[in-house]
Amino acid sequence: MASTITEPLARRRETVESAVIRFCGDSGDGMQITGSQFTNTAALFGNDLATFPDFPAEIRAPAGTLPGVSGFQVHFSSTDVFTPGDAVDALVAMNPAALKMNLADLKPNGILIVNVDHFLETDLRKANQTENPLENHTLDGYRLFKVELTKLTRAALKDLGLDTKSMDRCKNFFALGMCYWLYNRSMESTERWLNDKFKNKPILVQANLLAMKAGYSYCDASESFQVTYDIPPAKLEPGLYRNISGNAALALGFVAASQQSKTRLFLGSYPITPASDILHELAQYKDFGVMTFQAEDEIAAITAAIGAAYAGALGITTTSGPGMALKTEALGLAVAVELPLVVCDIQRGGPSTGLPTKTEQADLLQALFGRNSEAPIPVLAPSSPGDCFWIALEASRIAVKYMVPVIILSDGYLANGAEPWKIPTLAELPEIPVHYETNPENFRPYRRDPETLARPWAIPGTPGLEHRVGGIEKQDVTGNISYDPLNHEHMVRTRAEKVARIAQDIPDIVPEGDAQGDVLIVGWGSTSGPITGAMNTLRAKGHKIGHVHLRHLNPFPRNLGDVLKRYKKVLVPEMNMGQLVMLLRAKFLVDAIGYNKIQGKPFKQSEIEFKIEEVLGVL
Amino acid sequence: MATDTLPIYKKRDFQTDQEIRWCPGCGDYAILSAVQMVFAELGVKRENFVFISGIGCSSRFPYYMNTFGFHTIHGRAPAIATGVKLVRPDLDVWVATGDGDSLSIGGNHTIHMLRRNVGLKVLMFNNKIYGLTKGQYSPTSEVGKKAKSTPFGSVDRPFHPLSVALGSEATFVARSVDVFQSHLKETLKKAAAHSGSAYVEILQNCNIFNDGAWEALTEKETRHDNVLELVHGKPLVFGKNRDKGIRMTGLELEVVTLGNGITEADLLVHNDSDPNPLYAFALSRMDTLEGFPTPIGVLRGIEGTPRYEDLINDQIKEVQAKRGKGDLGKLLRAGDTWEIRA
Repeated sequence: MASTITEPLARRRETVESAVIRFCGDSGDGMQITGSQFTNTAALFGNDLATFPDFPAEIRAPAGTLPGVSGFQVHFSSTDVFTPGDAVDALVAMNPAALKMNLADLKPNGILIVNVDHFLETDLRKANQTENPLENHTLDGYRLFKVELTKLTRAALKDLGLDTKSMDRCKNFFALGMCYWLYNRSMESTERWLNDKFKNKPILVQANLLAMKAGYSYCDASESFQVTYDIPPAKLEPGLYRNISGNAALALGFVAASQQSKTRLFLGSYPITPASDILHELAQYKDFGVMTFQAEDEIAAITAAIGAAYAGALGITTTSGPGMALKTEALGLAVAVELPLVVCDIQRGGPSTGLPTKTEQADLLQALFGRNSEAPIPVLAPSSPGDCFWIALEASRIAVKYMVPVIILSDGYLANGAEPWKIPTLAELPEIPVHYETNPENFRPYRRDPETLARPWAIPGTPGLEHRVGGIEKQDVTGNISYDPLNHEHMVRTRAEKVARIAQDIPDIVPEGDAQGDVLIVGWGSTSGPITGAMNTLRAKGHKIGHVHLRHLNPFPRNLGDVLKRYKKVLVPEMNMGQLVMLLRAKFLVDAIGYNKIQGKPFKQSEIEFKIEEVLGVL
Repeated sequence: MATDTLPIYKKRDFQTDQEIRWCPGCGDYAILSAVQMVFAELGVKRENFVFISGIGCSSRFPYYMNTFGFHTIHGRAPAIATGVKLVRPDLDVWVATGDGDSLSIGGNHTIHMLRRNVGLKVLMFNNKIYGLTKGQYSPTSEVGKKAKSTPFGSVDRPFHPLSVALGSEATFVARSVDVFQSHLKETLKKAAAHSGSAYVEILQNCNIFNDGAWEALTEKETRHDNVLELVHGKPLVFGKNRDKGIRMTGLELEVVTLGNGITEADLLVHNDSDPNPLYAFALSRMDTLEGFPTPIGVLRGIEGTPRYEDLINDQIKEVQAKRGKGDLGKLLRAGDTWEIRA
């Protein structure tokens, strides 16, 4: 149909492969919600994506100050996404502090939306700024949009009868509306979310909707905005998808493990950043019989879980580094009494309190060796938010099959970062068989399965199985207290052998990329994205690069030593001082090279690319 | 299960073949014997008893009880037992602990277990000394205690264990003595009958490192003047000639001699079910007052406080009744989803 209406503005609509947006503002400005809403909308549209929420440990640092800045970055694309993006295409800054903290990551000529209403002298002072960046030439290299976000939001909401404070709380949705317009996105899913979130407060639904629509219309009407962007859906593997964060995926994985093992899930936990969300999630799933116990401290959290496991439940506990330190002695007990248990350490920057909301992967050696005496424990690490689901199942499977405590090392970045996740069908979930001993005939508490070396799971309440276990060294088979020197050595070796045998039960690793060649990159945990991205770039330049991402860190996959030998160089990027690299060098006598970043931030893809080139000697 | 009849148990059914490794003469033997006799009479199947302990001489207890037993780590028995009881509220879960295990390293778990009213029976062996580490003062040792780590006397103020328990909202608090076998057994039976947390302080003699710590209470010559046996509904009377009693004026306790116009009607009458914990609190530290006896028996035993394990399990059942049993497929597909077609 020929249009007779003249477009009031000559607008361009560009299609691009991907974009990175970062929303930043005060921790009270709702940047995390804004970012998650944009993420959900992009996910529902069919983009591949990765997110990076970055927020301060303080709940509300003084408003407008540099320590109070909270940000949420989302990378959405029509092709595979490996990282939240090294640099930002569009930055929304709600105040001078946010601008100052984030501007360095904005690409040259990138889109910059600022709330001019918050660039008054007092705002600048709070951000330690002597000059107004909007008035000097600091921002010349960017496409700057100075928007009266506060005033425009108030104007949009003026008829609702809200006080100023409540109106101002909606300005993040004004900014969200602007971004929806810029990237040609529908506001539908956010509208649905608002209706659900504030179903008992219709005035807030209305206010946020009005603000969002006002932001959208503002862009539409303003002559300043000349271009909008389309990012087509990605070609993901066919299936049903949802967006998921690592912590939510862990929680779902444990519910699934409980269902697959027909065993009650018991979580003992003490609140700690960034692990608390797992407790919050699991506390909701009482319809699955999930029992959550918010303990008086980290020690009670793990010991209650051990008690629950002793009584026949799938006992788990969730924590972060400082809590892990407190659980140390109890972990040793779980090793000694050979009960199944899963411990999730959602790593954060340390030592001590360290950087509670920032990511790090420096608890690997603690997980492996941080107990008195010889106390071997299997250690697993998920490689993406979605993989957290599968790692919870795998850890539970190993724990009940081998009667051992298992440690999962996630980290703050996986915990809070989100990605599209292909929802498995129930048929795709592994079986987790559980056998409780019931036969009193010749029952011995430490008689072992010849294949797995697991002892029987003999739970209280079973007639004829009355027996005693404890942390004192026991005679094998009978479980009686024994100080016999040879028995002790036998038990130490048996506990080690039991964990070592798990290697027979895990898949060999198959490197991504080249099966042999110049450089093998070995990673674990949340570094998978930037490593994969960097490998792809370097392979495109003709280098022979492989990537192994270890999900099983103790024991290692059986073929790891062979794989390491197939490359001229082995590079191990880690967000620590070189822990996996130390293990690889010690175990395989390989001259592996560490690449370490300890800044509380994930690797950028470009950083790893640069390092690989350095290792290749092509710089 | 319901059709099974309860076997008739004897004390020996609760004995194990393990060599007992307490020192000869230790008060723990008497406690073990009392517990074994009482367990035989409780009407509970042997496989439904669980004994959980921490670390210390008292915590070796489970090895000598032919029940399910778990010797854990220092101070953590109440937390481990809480996990067991939450998952299996039907089990009879007992905790063996000592003054160091329960009130020093395990103080936090003790107070929170009592606050929650978890249905555990805690036997706290108080010998006012660290035995297994060979003689250091404990959190119940008196000021000035000369021990290995305090050669010039301890300057620490001690805990009054039952005051701690009552301050932690305990619903059952009692005291007995290792050598008072019949009193100890009666007290254990009352603890067993209580629905929520039961905290029983058992005054126990460590004949190696703190011999005679309770001598004034246990010796024939002095015991009647130093021990007051609490009986619900009876006045607080003690003394060899049962001629002394406890009177309360305002909030002050007073030892009075009967006669000269003072009769039993003037004395406090023991009420272990007083909803106000003030009276029990006064009893719990009465022995620290000059010239006052040490009360033994049930200081406080109030029913009607819901048990933690019931609240937790009931909440799960309520949610399941309301939402139906969880459907994993539905849970995985919850929230916003989208389909990628081939």
